[in-house]
Amino acid sequence: MKQSVFAFVMAATLFTTIGFIQPKAGYQVGDKVMNFNLKNVDGKTVSLDGNSSVKGYIVVFTCNTCPVAQAYEDRIIALDKKYASEGYPVIAINANDAALSSGDSFEEMKKRAARKSYGFAYLTDETQEVAKTYGARNTPTVFVVKRSGNDFILAYTGAIDNNTQDATSATEKYVQNAVDALLKDKTVSVPTTKAIGCGIKWKKA
Amino acid sequence: MKLPHKWFFIGLLIAGHSLCFAQQVQVVKFPALQKMMAQKGDTTLVVNFWATWCGPCVAELPYFEALNARYAQHKVKVLLVNLDFVSELKKKVVPFITKRRMNSSTVVLLDEPNYNSWIDKIDPDWSGALPFTVIINTAKNERKVFERAFTKAELENELKPFIQ
Repeated sequence: MKQSVFAFVMAATLFTTIGFIQPKAGYQVGDKVMNFNLKNVDGKTVSLDGNSSVKGYIVVFTCNTCPVAQAYEDRIIALDKKYASEGYPVIAINANDAALSSGDSFEEMKKRAARKSYGFAYLTDETQEVAKTYGARNTPTVFVVKRSGNDFILAYTGAIDNNTQDATSATEKYVQNAVDALLKDKTVSVPTTKAIGCGIKWKKA
Repeated sequence: MKLPHKWFFIGLLIAGHSLCFAQQVQVVKFPALQKMMAQKGDTTLVVNFWATWCGPCVAELPYFEALNARYAQHKVKVLLVNLDFVSELKKKVVPFITKRRMNSSTVVLLDEPNYNSWIDKIDPDWSGALPFTVIINTAKNERKVFERAFTKAELENELKPFIQ
C-alpha cells in the first residue's frame, strides 16, 4: 500500500501540475488485453487463451465482501448461464489483498463459489498484476473481451447494468447489450460506463 | 400516582435528549444534490462522497467532521454524501452516524442507483471509486476534485487555498 500510495501521490502531483487529476490507467476499448494464468477455486490454473472454443469472455473483477459486488452476484451468475453456451462465459477475478480483507481469502472464495454454485471460474489475482494492468479500480467492474485470432480485444468496460440495488429496475443492461451486439458482429453502442463500487484492496508494500 | 409520573417525565427527557442528538439524514435525488452543491456566496463547501462499507471513507470521515468547528470563521461547510443503498438507511446509515456522533456536517443519502446518469456531472474524470471529494467556492469560482483518501493534514492543506 505504501508503495502504491507513494506512486499515486507522485503521479497525482505530476498530473495535477499539468492539469489532470490522475492518470487514466488501464485498457481502453479496442486495446488488446494481456493473457493471464490465475488460480481457480478448484485449484486449477485458468488462462484467457486456455479455451479455443470461446468467442470471448465476460471478465468480472469482483470479490466476496463488497456490498455492491454482492448485490450483483446473482446477475453475474445469470450472465454466465445465459452466455457461456453462446461462447461468452464469465471469468470472475478477485484481486483484493486477503491480508487486508480476510473475507476475500482463497478459502473464503472457495466457500462462496460452492455456496452459490458458481458455474464459472473464480480466480485469485494474488499479485494484483491483472487488476492493475486491466485498470480495474472497483468491484464489480466488467471487461468484455472478444477473441481475435489468438488475442482478446476489449469491447466493453464498466458496470453490469444501470441499477445497482435492484436488477428488475435496471433499464439498461450494459453487459448484456454489449455481448448481444458482439454475437451479431455489431458495434457495442455503449462501450464504457462507470459505477460506484468498493475500491480494490491494494497490497501494502 | 406520583412515582409513575416522575418516571414518565424522566423517560420523556431521555427520549427527547436522544432524539435531539440523532442525526437526520435526508434522502435526496441528484437535482437536489446539485442545488446543494451550487450554493452561492463566499462559503467554501467541502463535499465528500462516502459509504459505510468503504473502509478508507470511514477512516477519513472524522477529518471532514472536524473542519466544521475548526474553520467555522472561514465559512467552511461540509456536506457528506452517503452512497449506501436507501434500503440500508435505518439499518446501517443512521446507526453509523449516531454511534460516531457525526452531528456537525450535513449528511444526505443520494438515492440514485443509476450511477452513469450523474457521476460525470459531478466530474468527468471520476471513475466512481470512493472516497471522492469536491471542494467548491462559488464566489472565487474555484473547484477542485480528489479521487483519493486524505490524512487530516492533507485535507487541511487542500482546503487552505480556498479560504485564504
